[in-house]
Amino acid sequence: MSVPILDVIDLHAAYGRIEVLRGVDLSVPRGAVMALLGPNGAGKSTLVKVISGQKEATSGDIHLAGVHVQGAASDALARVGLCTIPEGRSVFPNLTVEENLVLMSYAGVPAAAVLDTAYGYFPRLHERRHQLAGTMSGGEQQMLAMSRALASDPALLLLDELSMGLAPLIVDELYETVARIAESGVSILCIEQFARTALRVADYAAVMSGGRIVATGEPGEILDTMADVILGGAA
Amino acid sequence: MSSLFAFTLLGLFTGAAYAIMASGLVLTYTTTRVFNIAHGAFGMFLAFVFWDFTQRQGLPTVLSLVLVVGVVAPAIGWFIQRFVTRGLGEGPVSVALVVTVGLLVGLIGLAQQIWPPEPRVLLPFWSGTGWQVGDTFVTAHQLVTLVCAIAVAFGLYLLLSRTRIGTAMRASVDNPELLKLFGGKPDRVAALSWAIGMSLAALGGILLTPVVLLDYYALTLLVINAYAAAMLGRLKSLPMTFAGAMILGVLESWAVGYLPTDGFLASFRPVIPALFLFAIVVLMPQAQLRIGQVKGIVTAPVPTMRLSLGSGTGLLVAALLLVNVVAPNQVLLIGVAATYAMVMLSLVLLTGYGGHVSLAQFTFAGVGALAYAKLDEPNLFGLLLSAVIAAAVGALVALPVLRLTGLYLALSTMAFAVLMDKVVFNAEFAFKFNGTLAADRLSILGMRIGSDTAYVWFMVLAFVLLALGLLVLRRGALGRLLIAMRDSPSACGTLGLDLRWFRVGLFALSAGVAGLAGGLFAGLRGTVGAADFLYFQSLLVLLLAVVFGATSVTGALLGGTALMLLPEFQAASPSMAGLLFAVIGFGAVLLGRDPNGIANHVFRIGRWLRSRIAPGLEGRLQGLLPRGGGSDGAVDVPLVDIAVDVEKVG
Repeated sequence: MSVPILDVIDLHAAYGRIEVLRGVDLSVPRGAVMALLGPNGAGKSTLVKVISGQKEATSGDIHLAGVHVQGAASDALARVGLCTIPEGRSVFPNLTVEENLVLMSYAGVPAAAVLDTAYGYFPRLHERRHQLAGTMSGGEQQMLAMSRALASDPALLLLDELSMGLAPLIVDELYETVARIAESGVSILCIEQFARTALRVADYAAVMSGGRIVATGEPGEILDTMADVILGGAA
Repeated sequence: MSSLFAFTLLGLFTGAAYAIMASGLVLTYTTTRVFNIAHGAFGMFLAFVFWDFTQRQGLPTVLSLVLVVGVVAPAIGWFIQRFVTRGLGEGPVSVALVVTVGLLVGLIGLAQQIWPPEPRVLLPFWSGTGWQVGDTFVTAHQLVTLVCAIAVAFGLYLLLSRTRIGTAMRASVDNPELLKLFGGKPDRVAALSWAIGMSLAALGGILLTPVVLLDYYALTLLVINAYAAAMLGRLKSLPMTFAGAMILGVLESWAVGYLPTDGFLASFRPVIPALFLFAIVVLMPQAQLRIGQVKGIVTAPVPTMRLSLGSGTGLLVAALLLVNVVAPNQVLLIGVAATYAMVMLSLVLLTGYGGHVSLAQFTFAGVGALAYAKLDEPNLFGLLLSAVIAAAVGALVALPVLRLTGLYLALSTMAFAVLMDKVVFNAEFAFKFNGTLAADRLSILGMRIGSDTAYVWFMVLAFVLLALGLLVLRRGALGRLLIAMRDSPSACGTLGLDLRWFRVGLFALSAGVAGLAGGLFAGLRGTVGAADFLYFQSLLVLLLAVVFGATSVTGALLGGTALMLLPEFQAASPSMAGLLFAVIGFGAVLLGRDPNGIANHVFRIGRWLRSRIAPGLEGRLQGLLPRGGGSDGAVDVPLVDIAVDVEKVG
């Protein structure tokens, strides 16, 4: 059995005295797409922050591809192949599209290769390469953000609320991109409030509630039991 | 016509040096959101280092230039970013301002400590070499300046738009966290921009030194030129900054050429940068409100009425004892401390409660003193009238800058302070150049408070009354409005509060309090002059107010006492004078992050003592008395008083 790409063991994290993660156990197999679902305030985004090194955990362990990484800085993690796309628009609004793409080369892929990949996938970005990223539509900005996941060839991709504030049509388009990234062998942990969208591309799913993972399994099972889980029927 | 050409050319050369300095300021601001008030002070300090290298150590000029600009300055920049200004950009503007003002004062002190005052000459590069262009003689130094400016402009352009690290510099303004997720290192980026900024400050300082001479204050003041130029570019655009610097240089040069050499107009010559800054800040489009700025600023607790009345009485009693015990010349010092404490009270209102930073508070005190001396009505009416005049001047300053907040407001007050200091206070109708005005002691209902002790005690009384008034204000509806305005102007806007006139009123009130202090000070001294109200004093007042706590009345009292003691210590040990400045300045750098200051720690001691002693005491009292209900009031009051009195005596 191969080592999982991400292994989280009994992770705790808190904002001040308020504990948000209360012992999270989660494992993402290599090459799989895992959807992490759950209601508001379940701790999903906090989990992403802790895994990506933006926030310190109070206790517990995180292994990336078998390596204990807790306490590593987020920029160091990004350079070794963890690509995090945070909530909201994760682009620099006052830089042009091209400048945004150039900055993606910090993750280790040469700038020219980043530009090639991004423009190959999204010709629309090429049309707008000299436009300020902040002046593009929400969907286009999210394309730009996804370019980083495509171009930087990560080992693990963390996606936080990809669909936030976007029209359903665009969300579907973006998830097609996610599926394409998954086909290239990238493992993905994908956080989503809208279960159905995410479950379509996921191999596994986990449900988070009250700072813990309360259910894991195949997308089908989760979809059936989710209402119960979230509303507190089964736990 | 040829003289116009000559003056324009000269102006362009000076402008080039300003441009170098201003571009450094803009670079650090755009990448880290910290406006470095001390930019000029760093230029000054590094110019002194350059002098040290070339003159004292005898290193070759070019080598020293490379060492200072290429090694010392970047190292200082890295150090400052790493240990002082890191993370300041996200905090409230006032904190960043106070910290950099602290750096300014500290650097001046440090420079005075390392290089004690003595005449020093720094020769221009290749002095003596030059070329005749038309009717004008262009020196090699001027040409070097221009070449440097052009090189800096091109270098910065290439760095910021053609390199990845330059792009990262611009990116880190928006969102340093995201840059980290991209794999970049925002700290390294910020350190680089500070290093480059320092190098530019050093280069600008060194190039300007032969023009303005190696002087602690003149070189530091050059930063106003840099601010003005940077403001034209709205702290963002480098090309506009260069344009602003050139315009400023030419304007100054024309002023030298065409303004009359004597009379009132002549005094405008040194303040052209300040005027320029003021004009640009006023004419600029409205600065955007910062949204989501609410960062739990924990304010010092507002004392209860009983506690404040008790402490006030305690302070009055202590002052009464003190003025009768100490030597006569020290009685006056207590009066000075009371003046400073009152000026700081005005800052508690404006900065502590209102969240606005003013760098002109002592100037308002000067206006009050001037009005008091000129009115020549040494009674309560005259005193109040001079306070009202100071308030009116404060409102006048606040009116044009009504729309501005934070940084822009602070800079316009600084420009105003320099303007008053150099032009108005020295004018014929005011104190006159190097002159003084006589002011009589106050009389109340025909009774002249003649003796020093009585007058000083009256000043302490005035302080206590003002402090009580301030606390009453803070506890009322106005106080709530003030705090709401400070915490989130945009939230106030959505509630339908029109804050602009309120802000003018706040500014006026604060200026009025300072003016009252100034009037009393004039009466205390008997003679007052422009030298008593230098703009630099306002910086010290702000610093000490923040160090000792700008959010509480106790902080004002402690700060006032410390500001009075400062020159006394200096006089006692002149060799340590600079060091003292340095300690104060760098102390502010350390403490500036907590606007509650030292006063808050005093409160903590008081609370700790109460929690330790009060229960035991109460228990004992309960044993003695049938009912111990009235005892806690008696326990409350002395504890804070003790802390205050100890500071007062020390």
